[in-house]
Amino acid sequence: MSHSLFYLLSFITLFFALLVVFAKNPIHSALYMVMTFFAITCQYLILNAQFLAIVNFIVYMGAIMVLILFSIMFLNLNQATEPQKSSLLKFAGVISAGLLMLTLVGAILKTGGGDVPFELIKPDIGLVKNLGKVLFNEFLLPFEIASVLLLSAMVGAVLLAKKDIN
Amino acid sequence: MGTVTQTIQAVPINHYILLASLLFTIGVMGVLVRRNAIVIFMSIELMLNAVNILLAAFSAYRGDASGQVFVFFIMAVAAAEVAVGLAIIVMIYRNTRSIDINILNKLKG
Repeated sequence: MSHSLFYLLSFITLFFALLVVFAKNPIHSALYMVMTFFAITCQYLILNAQFLAIVNFIVYMGAIMVLILFSIMFLNLNQATEPQKSSLLKFAGVISAGLLMLTLVGAILKTGGGDVPFELIKPDIGLVKNLGKVLFNEFLLPFEIASVLLLSAMVGAVLLAKKDIN
Repeated sequence: MGTVTQTIQAVPINHYILLASLLFTIGVMGVLVRRNAIVIFMSIELMLNAVNILLAAFSAYRGDASGQVFVFFIMAVAAAEVAVGLAIIVMIYRNTRSIDINILNKLKG
């Protein structure tokens, strides 16, 4: 047990995220993405953010991935129709991303100070009861605006995707 | 719950930041390397998730619930974004019979 669970989950997350990027078939990408989200859900669980874990499970692994998988199947995408960049551009992309990673990791390691082991000061802030209290007191207005946003997104999606009837 | 909270106590916050930045970088790599619009979309989701992990970790680290509320809002916005984005991709596919983003270069001004 102990903290090796975190490192195992991090490894799974990064491994499947790399597979998402490099899988040839878009369906495989989407399925690896589900595994990535599952590992991230477990990360939330060991942070004791249970509400976030459940929301991540339902919204990301449920709604969003089903939507993406459905549209991949709807558009009939597979390996044969997959557009490929030239290998020079791919190489350039990987090198640029590697440089970004080098910069970020270097900056983090140089800053220092974050090496003290983690301590959950208030272990129960991530529970549904406490988050609900915060959400409906301090963040009531943004919460209501989010509902308007979701409504307008729904209307916009229907409007964009429906065929023109002339 | 005791074991869950004990699990995390040995992990420094730096390792969470490293995990999030690596995941973000993988997302950037996906956007740069792929040409399939839906896979680029999924890479953007990876980047959003990296930020979510970081916010949740900082929230737990500082004992402040606001970070986790922010993650909740990011998930709501991501859901809206995916719905509209996939609708746009379906529309593009209907017009060009392809979701290769290089075909969209006629959007250049």
